[in-house]
Amino acid sequence: MEIKLQLNGRAVCVPDVAPDTTLYDFLRAQGCASVKCGCETSNCGLCTVFLDDVPVLSCSMLAARAAGHKVTTLEGLQAEAAEFVGFIADQGADQCGFCNPGFVMNTIALLRENPDPTDEEIKAYLSGNLCRCSGYEGQLRGIRRFLDSRKEVPHA
Amino acid sequence: MLSIQNYLRAESLDQAYQLNQNRRSHVLGGMLWLRQSDITVGTAIDLCDLGLDTIEETPEEYRIGATVPLRRLEHHPGIAALTGGAVEAALKDIVGVQFRNMATVGGSIWGRFGFSDVLTVLLAADCAVELYKGGRIPLETFAAMPYDRDILTHVVVKKTPGPMAYTAVRIARTDFPVLTCAASCLQGEYKVVIGARPGKAVVVRDERGLLKNGLTPESTKAFADYAAETVPTGSNSRGSAEYRTHLVRVLTQRMLCRLADKEG
Repeated sequence: MEIKLQLNGRAVCVPDVAPDTTLYDFLRAQGCASVKCGCETSNCGLCTVFLDDVPVLSCSMLAARAAGHKVTTLEGLQAEAAEFVGFIADQGADQCGFCNPGFVMNTIALLRENPDPTDEEIKAYLSGNLCRCSGYEGQLRGIRRFLDSRKEVPHA
Repeated sequence: MLSIQNYLRAESLDQAYQLNQNRRSHVLGGMLWLRQSDITVGTAIDLCDLGLDTIEETPEEYRIGATVPLRRLEHHPGIAALTGGAVEAALKDIVGVQFRNMATVGGSIWGRFGFSDVLTVLLAADCAVELYKGGRIPLETFAAMPYDRDILTHVVVKKTPGPMAYTAVRIARTDFPVLTCAASCLQGEYKVVIGARPGKAVVVRDERGLLKNGLTPESTKAFADYAAETVPTGSNSRGSAEYRTHLVRVLTQRMLCRLADKEG
């Protein structure tokens, strides 16, 4: 089947896509290397992409279901990600780094939805993103530092 | 491994129903449980173009389309007010935000899963389902029915007033629950619902009149003992039958006490 969608702002049309192709496999074939599959059980959040600006698990969605919609991966959000990923890196949260793209995508979704979350709101929103290295403290500190930096009033 | 031979976006419920009469067809929900299946689907029927992704409100009820994602239900202000936050409490720990943006109300209820937070909390509400051919059926009746080839189109939550409460025990925040417990008192009728026993959720009513004089420390304890005696529990990797029965007693009493607090 033919699948047409908008990927990171550009129109994509792919003929002969198998009906059971997941959106994850479709995006990897389109060169979106940031999208990875970590768990195979819809639990780890590593494959997170936006479908019409809503975070979803691309490993568990058919590419056919995404047809006609807007799909955004980390490749399409570099500027928005650059605002805060340095704060997370400064906390040493990126150890093996495998979970990072999913974390970054879902953090972008969180901050779009709730620009000034509490620590508990951050934990709740990111609870579907698993990290097996860090214990999440570094990510939480990094996001908190980023949020605090936005509140600092620049000196005259 | 899941294999799908054909994918079709239904153009009408009748088309979806007709296609679904073939035993090799499968109606897609959020696809999160189906994805774990090792089956070959002849035709995957997608209801996504049928306008079932809205929550309609009338003076009497909320009518939730089958393809409404769990997260939209979780954050619906009217349903939050009606259930005193019980629905949000039941949904908020189901895996993660991305998962709940995909898992649908219709898929969750159609599945009648033993582990279901969704089924547990909605059984405590005044709730019904609408089937394309079968019409409107009380949720409790539907939960006991065998799987058939009908199509669930809506889940209806009636605005019957009364307090509700929900809790669950999980080993880890986003894991399957070890036990789920919802309680309500709608128009004077007490209901306690126990799920993840690990079997499908069951409703416990006050058939012995233990609560007829209201919620007191003694009456809630008596009802909790009654629930622990009557609700069948089993063992799996998350807990033994004995532990679950202990939880039935503790959570039932806690949820009844919470109802008492809400009743003021």
